[in-house]
Amino acid sequence: MREIVIISGKGGTGKTSITGAFAHLARNKVICDLDVDAPDLHLLLRPSRERVEEFHSGYEAQIDKDECTRCGVCASMCRFGAIRETEDGVSVDPLRCEGCKVCVAFCPEDAVRFPQKHCGQWYVSSTRFGPMVHAQLFPGAENSGRLVMVLKQQAKEMARARGLDLVLCDGAPGIGCPVISSLSGTHLAVAVTEPTPSGRHDLERVAELCTHFQIAFAVIINKHDLNMDEASRIEAFCREKGYPLLARLPHDPIVTRAMIDGLVVTELPETDFSRELIRTWKRVEDLAHLGP
Amino acid sequence: MIVSVASGKGGTGKTTVTASLAAVWDGSLVAVDLDVEEPNLHLFLQPIMEGCERAHLEIPVLDESRCTFCGACSELCQFKAISVMGQLVLTFPEMCHGCGGCIALCPEKALSPGRRELGEISWGLAGKARFLMGRLRIGEAMSPPFMRLVKAKLGEMMAASAGDAILDAPPGVSCPAVNAVIDSDVIVLVTEPTPFGFYDFQLAWEAFAPLGKPMGTVVNRAGLGNEDIYHFCRDKGLPILAEIPYDRSIAEAYSCGRIIADVSPELKETFISLGGKIRDLAELSSPGEVAHA
Repeated sequence: MREIVIISGKGGTGKTSITGAFAHLARNKVICDLDVDAPDLHLLLRPSRERVEEFHSGYEAQIDKDECTRCGVCASMCRFGAIRETEDGVSVDPLRCEGCKVCVAFCPEDAVRFPQKHCGQWYVSSTRFGPMVHAQLFPGAENSGRLVMVLKQQAKEMARARGLDLVLCDGAPGIGCPVISSLSGTHLAVAVTEPTPSGRHDLERVAELCTHFQIAFAVIINKHDLNMDEASRIEAFCREKGYPLLARLPHDPIVTRAMIDGLVVTELPETDFSRELIRTWKRVEDLAHLGP
Repeated sequence: MIVSVASGKGGTGKTTVTASLAAVWDGSLVAVDLDVEEPNLHLFLQPIMEGCERAHLEIPVLDESRCTFCGACSELCQFKAISVMGQLVLTFPEMCHGCGGCIALCPEKALSPGRRELGEISWGLAGKARFLMGRLRIGEAMSPPFMRLVKAKLGEMMAASAGDAILDAPPGVSCPAVNAVIDSDVIVLVTEPTPFGFYDFQLAWEAFAPLGKPMGTVVNRAGLGNEDIYHFCRDKGLPILAEIPYDRSIAEAYSCGRIIADVSPELKETFISLGGKIRDLAELSSPGEVAHA
């Protein structure tokens, strides 16, 4: 079984639209949306949920005002500025609380409660392209990296149980916690970039991240005709580093049209964009050693 | 006044808006790149850098000669960063959140403060504006503690010379994004009127509305997609502060690293007016009124 993650560094380069089309083109796979913070793949695949699970992670300090003597020990020890003293008493700002338990451990009155945090939900669904595992972290919640691990685990177990060869994942932007989690154990990271200074800069950082974790890395330049000079610079970068360049996709309004219709681009009448995307998927399959 | 420019979905134009606002801002300003995972503001503002420093997180360092293997540290640690197994103590520095609990708790004083590098903070001048950015070390998973250090540096810069700050926030709506906007006076949400843009915009609104700060919307690539975003903003009483048209020449200018406010007199006027509306939003609304109107 192989696992492919589509990432980008910079957001808005077309990761999800391209992953959606790959989900259409790939055979025998589980689809997995690892952008648990701002997931969008479901808008194209319109999954029907078959299973809903709650995601609990970490704990959150809460001060029992009846027990609290306002001694100030918790506030003096909190490194995250999460403890507030007002006329109503001492309270914890849940958005700043890191769940480290230091205030619980040092409160001389045992006045700090420490309930588990409910951070989101994850789903097992079916789509017109096959099974899908996805999630929604509650807005403002934390620990997206752990939720990413949960999804990957589920997707792999499902692929194994159903005899499928591939887990195809849509990743998050950036290079931090959720992206690092999404790369763990992956066979191939495909980065979708665009020919802009930000696209190139962020591609270089995400490439370095993949090299750091020894993950095979390949590149798709989307909207390549927006700036040919910038596209050439990205191509030169790929050549220099030995990263396979899988495709140059044109800037095409078909991407937005498909999104509005709740479809993937390869379901619409063929354009240069979708023809090139079909060829691209073949190259991804070859690179990931996915047999016909 | 501190203004955060945030978005939900990535690639909607946060950096475009921040760079253009900074270019036309009336008065003393610090332009701050808080998208520490993928900082891009410097590519557009082209600052002349004046200094930089490495930023660190405090992590525990063990003195084995003092350790009695009592296990108090690993029992406290919520992040599996220190583990005691029999006569063996393992620390996992990359898991540590820097709460300092184990160091304070150890009855034998066997743990002392060490450090893990989070990234590099640098600053300089971009035209009239001062400039500040954080760049997360590659391989480092935790951006929020690093962002707190960048904001502490911003506090120093603003204390040294009064004025406003505009923060370019990371995408998303989870802890890094909330961390970026939590100390600001006004939140500007940049979106695009596509289904992805709209879905993530609603998440951003849910994440940020509880902060009770004045919020407004900038619609980028207006004319692309559909009208959902406008209906939502009307329902929630979120003012549309500016619209930037969907225009290939703007995308091409961006792809050359240009500041969009410089592309045409109309666009310059758009950002001057946006700056004015942001000030009005901060002054006219007591916290919460706009978000919950």
